Amino acid sequence: MPPSGTEAATALLQAQGLSRRYGELLALAPLDLALARGQIVGLLGPNGAGKSTTLQLITGNLAPSSGSVSICGHDLLSDPLEAKRRIGYLPEIPPLHPDLTVTEYLDYAARLRRIPRADRSAAIDAAIQRCGLGTVTRKLISTLSKGFQQRVGLAQAIVHSPEVLVLDEPTVGLDPIQIREIRALVRELGEAHAVIFSSHILSEVQELCSRVHILSAGRMVFDGDLRELDGGDEIQIRCDRALDLVPLLNIPGVAGIDGADGSYRVHPVTGAHPEPDLAAAILRQGAGLMRLTRERRSLEQLFVDLTQAQPTPTAEDAA
Amino acid sequence: MMTFTIARQEFVRMFYSPLAWAVIGVVQAIMAWMFLVQVDAFVRYQGQLAATDGAPGVTDFVVTPLFGPASIILMLVVPLLAMRSIAEERRARTLPLLFSSPVRMTEIVLGKYLGLVAFLSLIIALTAGMGLSLSLGTDLDLGKLAAATLGMLLVTGAFAAAGIFMSSLTRHPAVAAISTFGLLLFLWIIDMASESGGQSSALFDYLSITGHYDSFFRGVIDVQDLTYYLLFIGVFLALSVRRLDADRLQD
Repeated sequence: MPPSGTEAATALLQAQGLSRRYGELLALAPLDLALARGQIVGLLGPNGAGKSTTLQLITGNLAPSSGSVSICGHDLLSDPLEAKRRIGYLPEIPPLHPDLTVTEYLDYAARLRRIPRADRSAAIDAAIQRCGLGTVTRKLISTLSKGFQQRVGLAQAIVHSPEVLVLDEPTVGLDPIQIREIRALVRELGEAHAVIFSSHILSEVQELCSRVHILSAGRMVFDGDLRELDGGDEIQIRCDRALDLVPLLNIPGVAGIDGADGSYRVHPVTGAHPEPDLAAAILRQGAGLMRLTRERRSLEQLFVDLTQAQPTPTAEDAA
Repeated sequence: MMTFTIARQEFVRMFYSPLAWAVIGVVQAIMAWMFLVQVDAFVRYQGQLAATDGAPGVTDFVVTPLFGPASIILMLVVPLLAMRSIAEERRARTLPLLFSSPVRMTEIVLGKYLGLVAFLSLIIALTAGMGLSLSLGTDLDLGKLAAATLGMLLVTGAFAAAGIFMSSLTRHPAVAAISTFGLLLFLWIIDMASESGGQSSALFDYLSITGHYDSFFRGVIDVQDLTYYLLFIGVFLALSVRRLDADRLQD
């Protein structure tokens, strides 16, 4: 409300220099995050990369070792009540009370989020509707299947229509149909809110997110648009013996080559098609060409490259 | 406001678990037995009592003696109820629901405390009601009954505050329960030191959790005793708030 009204319209969530240590262990190196309305941001990384830590930090469940978080212009540390009003958080394990019915639980969640009495039942109904819980409202949460429990967790996070929705691995442990439903829901929510979610499923992030942060061993190794991430093609070459790479590198349209011993990956300049020239140059060296294919560099390949390369930069530096 | 929301939830949720019903049932059964024994004794000695000048009346003979054993039973029961409030939530990983809601730590602790105290008040009310039922047939000293009930509320309130604190220390409900029990038992027997005539006996006497409620059972509301219990409750709740806050700071 106060001065930062215009800023709040652009960035609903802003985290600066956020880091977290557990004693000696650096769980999260200083990291910046920004989240705008209508944006779905994915937090990707192998297990233990710091995804959950990041999400706990931006929801006030964990105090940062350094840095600041502001939600719609309200600082999470100095003005936690106003900031937390605007957050919906689904932790890795949904914080459900198994001895309550779905309606009772959502009513409690709605009260905790300070929804005025007059709007409460409408808000609960809307959350039930959105999460497809209409058929189980009177059931005890403990009797629900994992998929339904996950949806109740999600309903709890959206019952107060928060500006920022934080979801920690929302599709883990669900069957493919449930995963599709949850994804559709996340996409729908992303239109009106800002959503940040973590996942270690690449295709999920690829499908949903406009922007992705890749974490590895507590460090952000990629931050950007997904389209720019999977834009690159590569040409894979197999020959029956090692090649002299110098003539290949001189071919127009070739940006770089790596590989050895008859197996190479050629990175072409965007838009260039050096395949015929490559084939000719290889044959000119007298080598037998077994395979030459152009492939879209998959996100998976990039993910592996990014997360495998990063943990040992010190070893490379020393070498 | 939020304190009340959480307290209400804690109180209502108590009845969704069989533990609460079992506790009410067991305590009530034991108290009923004690009540019966006291009434029986009173009936037997009624003639003698009537003949003696300044003999204890029915309130002193039947009603207030109920509260002593009741406080011992509650000392056993409170740790079991208090362990649920924070330790069990921590183990079930449901605390993020509270931590990510716009609620202050103080409101969380106070809410959980008041919810527990509301349930304990119900047990005390049932005990007091048992004594009160005698007023159907005789005249009771209602002032004495009220003082004893207040004393009982303060003692169990202190038990509950200690229980909430122990519950906030751990993620294992059983550990919370046994440490609460240990703490209460220690504070119960701490005045044994004064009986042995040690030098610091006055301090131990003051710390003793039970030494402060005898006056209530005699119908006396002593400000010093009142202060003791309120301080006890305040200190343990403040420590719980600190401890819960520290959850976000450490691992």
